[in-house]
Amino acid sequence: MRLRTFPKGGVHPSENKISAGETIQVLPIPSRVQLHLGQHLGAPAVPVVSKGDRVRVGSRIAEGKSFISAHLHSSVSGTVAKIDDVIDASGYRRPAVVIDVDGDEWEADIDRSPELIREIKVDAETIVERIKAAGVVGLGGACFPTHVKYIFPEGKRADTVIINAVECEPYLTSDHRLMLERADEILVGVQILMRAARVESAIIGIEANKPDAIEIMSRKARSLPGIEVIPLKVQYPQGAEKQLIKALLNREVPSGRLPLDVGCVVNNVGTALAVYEAVQKNKPLVERVVTFTGRHLPATGNFLVRLGVPAADMAAHLGIELDEETAKVISGGPMMGKAIAGLDVPVTKGTSGIVLLSESHARRHQVQNCIRCSRCITVCPMGLEPWLLEKMAQLDRFEECESAGAADCIECGSCSYTCPSSRPLLDFIRYGKVNVMRIRAARRQK
Amino acid sequence: MNPVIVYSVVVLGLVAAGAAVILFVVAKKFKVDEDPRIDEVTEMLPGANCGGCGYPGCRGLAEALVRATDKGDLGGLMCPPGGNETMARIGEYLGVAVEEAGPTVAVVRCGGSRAKAPAKLEYDGPERCSIAHSLFAGESGCAYGCLGLGDCVTACDFDAIHMNRETGLPEVDEEKCVSCGACVTACPRNLIEIRPLGRNGRRVWVACMNREPGGVARKACKAACIGCGLCVKACPEKIQAITLENNLAYIDPAKCIACGLCIPVCPTGAIQATFEPVKPKPKAAAAATAPSGS
Repeated sequence: MRLRTFPKGGVHPSENKISAGETIQVLPIPSRVQLHLGQHLGAPAVPVVSKGDRVRVGSRIAEGKSFISAHLHSSVSGTVAKIDDVIDASGYRRPAVVIDVDGDEWEADIDRSPELIREIKVDAETIVERIKAAGVVGLGGACFPTHVKYIFPEGKRADTVIINAVECEPYLTSDHRLMLERADEILVGVQILMRAARVESAIIGIEANKPDAIEIMSRKARSLPGIEVIPLKVQYPQGAEKQLIKALLNREVPSGRLPLDVGCVVNNVGTALAVYEAVQKNKPLVERVVTFTGRHLPATGNFLVRLGVPAADMAAHLGIELDEETAKVISGGPMMGKAIAGLDVPVTKGTSGIVLLSESHARRHQVQNCIRCSRCITVCPMGLEPWLLEKMAQLDRFEECESAGAADCIECGSCSYTCPSSRPLLDFIRYGKVNVMRIRAARRQK
Repeated sequence: MNPVIVYSVVVLGLVAAGAAVILFVVAKKFKVDEDPRIDEVTEMLPGANCGGCGYPGCRGLAEALVRATDKGDLGGLMCPPGGNETMARIGEYLGVAVEEAGPTVAVVRCGGSRAKAPAKLEYDGPERCSIAHSLFAGESGCAYGCLGLGDCVTACDFDAIHMNRETGLPEVDEEKCVSCGACVTACPRNLIEIRPLGRNGRRVWVACMNREPGGVARKACKAACIGCGLCVKACPEKIQAITLENNLAYIDPAKCIACGLCIPVCPTGAIQATFEPVKPKPKAAAAATAPSGS
């Protein structure tokens, strides 16, 4: 049988899933955590604690006040040391709650027993309410507040929940490990999401490079009505929402529209687990699985990390010291992740992995002239012309960027990856896209 | 005669005559009356279309000038590259009084040279400040300082700003700068300010925009303003040109007399000055004891 995939564009970078065999380890809690208030897409959360307050694991420390925003909970128990600007992954200082840890005391109403609760007792509204209360956001990396996806606008209906277990980014293995180790909980999470979306069917899309995960998920899903596991051909960027919908259902999300417009709600597999914990166990999003990996490292691993813990703790746990050999540290995967200043930055809700690259892998090649080979056009999964967008952005001709579809770019980086002249295509497209968005916002205000 | 030639001549002649009539009628009927002064004023302007006046090109300013003349007040309209001379000529032509503006120059408000703010990271993305600014705080870690990739240099139409390879900071060529403000807009960190040239070219400014508390600012850059306020105290009581806000000192050029008293008291050397008179006078040159800025 031919495996499904999305039809247009895409690349296949070396998979490098080195840490796929490492079981998820629980990382010890440090003496201090830093929780940034803007770890999700949308408006930053507003702190509801002040300096000196005692907090426990799961205490709400900041609230998302606007429609697209998410609550933030303490990931440790201790005292709020300060609410101040703290350096985040970009090197800019952004507001954060800093907590000094003592002990590990959880909020009393959180069920911490490992027991699996299959029966879903609550209705759709309560589910969305609990997801919101638990501060769950999309754990694939974009960090879109999950509850917002389930508040359907008037007249819109979904027919399928899609669970994104593709993990098409090279190096990252956190979703893979989750499926191997916590399949039952994930599947209950999927059922909860189906009820929240009021649909009868769910599809879990997994790339074929994870045969063990496909096997275990298919076996466990067999007894559950409506849940189907579909293996997919390995192709980057299949984990992108629109590409995944196209691959699984052969539906195309129109430009500027949402998956809901074609009847789908897409959630990451890690999010499904977080939803299970939020709804069945009343546990807020205070920890996530992070892959710590790199080809030149003596050891790699997958860790269950409390939010706000510095990434350096994972390195220390593996006995890794940053030396000359590591040239670049990336938060997220190497295709879409961001290079960061060092390992001191705290883990946030969106940190799916920390990838260390050696000098030879990190180095960008000398930029050369565009030779009009059109490889960027061939690989663009959105059917854009990256070379044109780059040129127009370079010349600050943002109206042309807009008409060439800059706003549709999903920033997957396939164009930059494939360019034989090593042109910084995505850097400029992103620059153009930001300005197109600014122009559009200004137009709306008029 | 070949009938083909005859037909061609006749048909084409008729078409030409018809078209001429249409063109004539259209030109008469849809004629846009334009003030001839606009063309004249446009001619007088430098024609660089730099946008420093805030209008789209020289013709835009010319239109605005003519419109303002009809109201009887130029209301601060000014061509920065043309300067007072050009404005005086235009004022004379239009028959309105032109306020004389003092000469101004672009000033770079960052002292984070390679030596003062050493790079802790290496940026290997595209050489554009606007892109680097959107990605990270900067190689030195100062989120307010110069990124050194030269967006201001690209923006300048007058070849008046250049990167100093040694310091990694842009330098303004006072002779060429027409203070059009293109670099001010181009800098994603708002580091460039148009300031009065100062009497005899004497001017003092705080070469830092870092609004972090002193400790944080100092960590990234040895030349950062730490907001200690010593300069505020050093400024003569009658003048009080220096204000301290958000951990950052600012010298108001309208009040500053360029006495230079604040320069030696600054513990980080964040205050820069240029005490090089445009027309050297023996007295002024003798007073130039303070370190001259870049």
